[in-house]
Amino acid sequence: MRKGSIVALLGIGVVAGGVATAIALVPTWLPERASREADRIHFVTWFVIVICIVIFSIVAAVMVYAVLRFRVADDDEEDGPPIHGNTGLEITWTAIPFVLVTAIAIVSAIVLSRNDAQAENTLRVNVVAQQFEFTFSYPDARNATSPVLRLPEGRSVELYMRSLDVIHSVFVPQFSQKEDIVPGLVTQLHITPTRVGTFPLECTELCGLGHSLMRSEAIVMKPAAFNAWLKQQAPAGKKG
Amino acid sequence: MTTTTATSHDLQHAPSGGGWRRLLLHGGLVRALWMTPLFGAIGFGIVVLIRWGAGWHPILLTEPLVLVAALVAAPLGFLAGIGAFDYWAYYALGYPTRAEDHSGHGAQSWRDYFRVNTDHKVIGIQYLVTTMFFFVAGGLLAMLVRAELAKPGLQYFDEQTYNGLFSVHAALMIFLFIIPAFAGLANYVVPLMLGAADMAFPRLNALSFWLLPIAGIMMLSSFFMPGGAFACGWTGYATLCSQHQPIGAIFFNQGVQWAGASSIMTALNFLVTIITMRAPGLTFWRLPLLVWANFTTSLLVVIATPFIAGSQFFSMFDHVMHTAFFDPVGGGYPLGYQHIFWFYSHPAVYIMMLPGFGIMSEVIAVFSRKPIFGYRLMALSLMAIVVLGFSVWAHHMFVSGMSSWLRVPMMITTLLIAIPTGIKIFSWLATMWEGKLHLRTPMLFALGFLSMFVIGGLSGVMLGAVPIDIHVSQTYFIVAHIHYVLFGGSVFTIFAGIYYWFPKMTGRMYDERLGKLHFWLTFVGFNLTFFPMHILGTEGMPRRVADYLPKFADLNMFISLASFALGASVIVFLYNMITSWRFGEIAPANPWRGMTLEWLVTSPPPTFNFEEIPQVVGSPYEYGVPGAQHAILAPSKARELEEVPV
Repeated sequence: MRKGSIVALLGIGVVAGGVATAIALVPTWLPERASREADRIHFVTWFVIVICIVIFSIVAAVMVYAVLRFRVADDDEEDGPPIHGNTGLEITWTAIPFVLVTAIAIVSAIVLSRNDAQAENTLRVNVVAQQFEFTFSYPDARNATSPVLRLPEGRSVELYMRSLDVIHSVFVPQFSQKEDIVPGLVTQLHITPTRVGTFPLECTELCGLGHSLMRSEAIVMKPAAFNAWLKQQAPAGKKG
Repeated sequence: MTTTTATSHDLQHAPSGGGWRRLLLHGGLVRALWMTPLFGAIGFGIVVLIRWGAGWHPILLTEPLVLVAALVAAPLGFLAGIGAFDYWAYYALGYPTRAEDHSGHGAQSWRDYFRVNTDHKVIGIQYLVTTMFFFVAGGLLAMLVRAELAKPGLQYFDEQTYNGLFSVHAALMIFLFIIPAFAGLANYVVPLMLGAADMAFPRLNALSFWLLPIAGIMMLSSFFMPGGAFACGWTGYATLCSQHQPIGAIFFNQGVQWAGASSIMTALNFLVTIITMRAPGLTFWRLPLLVWANFTTSLLVVIATPFIAGSQFFSMFDHVMHTAFFDPVGGGYPLGYQHIFWFYSHPAVYIMMLPGFGIMSEVIAVFSRKPIFGYRLMALSLMAIVVLGFSVWAHHMFVSGMSSWLRVPMMITTLLIAIPTGIKIFSWLATMWEGKLHLRTPMLFALGFLSMFVIGGLSGVMLGAVPIDIHVSQTYFIVAHIHYVLFGGSVFTIFAGIYYWFPKMTGRMYDERLGKLHFWLTFVGFNLTFFPMHILGTEGMPRRVADYLPKFADLNMFISLASFALGASVIVFLYNMITSWRFGEIAPANPWRGMTLEWLVTSPPPTFNFEEIPQVVGSPYEYGVPGAQHAILAPSKARELEEVPV
């Protein structure tokens, strides 16, 4: 390859990478993080996005360069050089993706196992889903129920979820955690909230006519406020 | 048209009685018109008799009656009426079968496209026109979906109708457009590329085609059933689809059976044809990659499709017969449905990709005027995708509540599939490198495919990583991803294939300027429609909703407007196809200077494709190799061709 073509190729690659990076950075892609799990998941997401931008830039550069440089007039009847392959190149583009996907798999597996690990003193919340509403109940407060999910900031929470009819799902974008709720099973979801606030909680598994309106809220409170609320739900002295 | 075929054609259609008698009794649409209701009535009668005999009340129960009479018996009546079973029925009943006079071969007029025809070229065109009809129907449904989504809140449809719109849209696009459109292209091209006169089983081939309109009409007609169309998504998850749906759900269950049967029969036909009917000298390592692609696709179809058939039968049994395959109350397991369903439906993604890969290899090699880079690795990577494709199904279920240990192994196999897919993309780029690029319409669609499929592949890698999938699954990110793969991927390759073989099929050239206009409208409209969906998804907008949070309103309005422009681009395509088919410039035998066998015969090819059996002597992609040939026709023919001045 001539020096000029390498420069041109690199130039197109940098432009393509720049455009892709701008698209990755300018719009708000991910919601604000409000859980420890979200912190880790956002890390994996950006890790993979960087790899994707590099691969995309390489492909775009080669393609755009080829179209600009090797295009011929319609009446040109000549053929290109009869190159049938190149073992070195073929090994390279088998090996490099292998390394990249291995890296992605390792990072993902580590994040997954850490996100599912419950800490000491995990708060248990039971969730019952049915067409088209959620009910949250707190075993610590004698199974007092609530139509919204109230959680204490900074404490590991495990949801134990049951469905009474069809498959539902729980998703809070700011927590980055999601799991289906399957009739006949108890599924689990682990969240460690890190930010006080009110976040939308939605069913993301098509569950029938009211699916798009099957929403609730996740309200993360200061631990003291949460404990006060919990106590209020199940006053002392009325132990069951 | 030779004299022999003309005579035999007239013979078969010679009146065996009066004109009316002939019309009513000979296989064709008129006979189908009375046999369809007759079979339907027989099915109805059987159900009534059994229920009456067994004392089951009420005797007239809607579900079993509709299922047996309308979804099983009537379609069989249609097939019998149209004549798809005639030969086998004569044989089975001990009547003398009519000696094969090949009168069902080739098309003399447009009417022959509405008959059972055993010519693979006629069947290929029947497939393509039928699938285009369903492509337009499915596209219109998508326009309605986008109209509703332009603003938050419900404007035009109630929830049942809305959920039906996107469910039928997906079912039509997958089962009645992408999969059979590839089958149609391959039907036309594969026997030609093999140097064969037809497929191995021409009557089976005809039957495969006639199952398709049945499946499509069944899915569309579910809109007119009481309670509305099936509204549980094309994935039809239990228990929503198996227990909580109006009767429209079984129209989906049964529609999939007819389309699936068609797929399986066609795939068997391709396998036998490719294995046994290759021209002398055409070894597996000399097969065009399109043939390799259809060989591997057919393996996937034959192995995987019975699984979706099973899942839909079980789901329908739960609905109609109150079995409990997936009902936890009766001991069933709802996730069992998903495992069986995805054991087909993930390989189905490759059923919808590999034939497109084959088309890409043909188009890119011809329009780059260079041999395919790394031919053997290209073929082997197809096989690798087939094998790996069966080990990744549960990546659709990372958040389904399945056994959590399954997630990491399925993530690893999923990510590994990126490697053979990457090999293909890099090899196509290397094929273009230093070539002589002709940016005709098929090549533009190939380039569009390359860039869009890379984006779809990379978002696929993101989805393969479990933690990212947990965040974005069931959101609009998935909608964006599948459209980049199936529209940017499959549909672009279908367009490339149609433009590429249009001269061969019709004997006329398409309009190049309109073709390019169609490409640019599609390419821009596609990206404006589907790219922003990634953002909606990561921000947390769920898919399959008629209503959404107000903060997503602006992007949704933008997407809806772009999608209408994308929809309008199809008009340019249809106009080009219809006018060029009728008035286009006459096409030469080999307008693209291709080397594969279909370009050695006239456009369109003679009824039996090759007057002499070609002798294959080399690779199909030896562009730029001085004096190289893929095949030679018998000496007399070859000399004749040489004498014709170019």
